Amino acid sequence: MSTEPRLVEVRRNVLKQNDVLARELRLRYRGAGVRTVSLVSSPGSGKTLFLEETLRRMRPQNSVAALVGDLATENDCVRLARSGAPVKQIVTGTVCHLDASMVDRALEDWRLEDIEYLFIENVGNLVCPSSYDLGEDLRLVLLSVTEGEDKPLKYPTIFNSADVVVITKIDLAAAVEFDRQAAIRNIESVRPGIRVLELSAKTGDGMAEWLDFLRSFGFPQLGEN
Amino acid sequence: MHELSIAISLVEAAEEELQKLGSAKVLAIHLELGRLSGVVKDALEFSYQIACENTALAGSRLVIEEIPVLIDCPVCKAPREIVALQDFRCAACGAAGGAVLQGRELRVAALEITENEVACP
Repeated sequence: MSTEPRLVEVRRNVLKQNDVLARELRLRYRGAGVRTVSLVSSPGSGKTLFLEETLRRMRPQNSVAALVGDLATENDCVRLARSGAPVKQIVTGTVCHLDASMVDRALEDWRLEDIEYLFIENVGNLVCPSSYDLGEDLRLVLLSVTEGEDKPLKYPTIFNSADVVVITKIDLAAAVEFDRQAAIRNIESVRPGIRVLELSAKTGDGMAEWLDFLRSFGFPQLGEN
Repeated sequence: MHELSIAISLVEAAEEELQKLGSAKVLAIHLELGRLSGVVKDALEFSYQIACENTALAGSRLVIEEIPVLIDCPVCKAPREIVALQDFRCAACGAAGGAVLQGRELRVAALEITENEVACP
C-alpha cells in the first residue's frame, strides 16, 4: 500500500552542481587576480586564429593562458601554443560543451596567481554552451561574415547569454557580400545594447581595438566578490 | 544536443532530493523550463526516459512548465514579456534594453511522490 500522491516543493536548479562549482571558480579567479574570457561560436568561425592572434599580441606585456575545448584532437592546442602562451586542451569526447568541472580539472596544475588573462575556448557549438556557467567574467560570441547575417536570429539564446559579439573574417566581407547593417540589426534585435567588435585576425584589422577594449574592460577587482 | 546531459543532471538532482524524503516513490518531476534556458523541451522529454532507466526515477513522468521571458522594461518600469526571442523588446511598449528578470530557469519545482505505508502486523 502506498499513500495518496502528494507534491513536495523542491525548487532546485538542475545544474546546481555546475553553478556551485562555477561560483567557486569565480572566487578563485578573483582571489588570484585572473580575468577570464570565454569564447563561443559555431565550428569554423575563426575562434582559434582569433585567440592565437590575441595571445600573441598580448604577450609579453600581459601574462595570458588558454584552455581550449574540442570533441577530439589536440590540433587547436598545438596552434595556440605557437603563441608561446601556456595552453591546455580539453578533449570532451562526445560532449558538445564545456562545463565547470572540466575547467576545474584542467586548471589543477596551473598557478592561477601567474595568470593575468585566462581565455576559455568552448567547443564549436551555438546551442549547448549557453546552459553552462564556467565562472567567466566576459563571454564573447563570435560570428564570421561567411556564416550569414541571420545567425543571431537562429540562435538567440547564445547571443543573449553573451557580453560581446565579435564579427570575424571581415577581410572576406566583400567577397561573400556580407550585409553588415543587417547583421548588426539582428544582433541588436536579440541582445539590445550589446557591444559589437569587427575584426580580421588574419589581416590584423580591428585587433588593436579589441585589445584596447579588453584591457580597459571593467573586470571585477582582485578580491572582489 | 546536450539534453541527455541535462536529463542525467535532472535525475541526479531528483535522486538527491528523494533521499531526503526517505521511503518514497517518485511519480513525476515538475520542471520549470525557461525559454532562454537553451534546452529544448521535446529533446529533454525524450532524453528523460533514457536517463531514468535503472534509477529510482524509472517509470516517473516529466511535467514541464515553460517559463516565458520577462524583462525589466525601462519605459513601463515593470516586468514585461518580450515580443519574441528574435525581437527582444517589451511586448507592451516596444522599448528595448531591459535586464532579463525571468526565462533562464532550469529548475526542479517539485516532486510528486507517494510514500510506502508500513503495514500493520
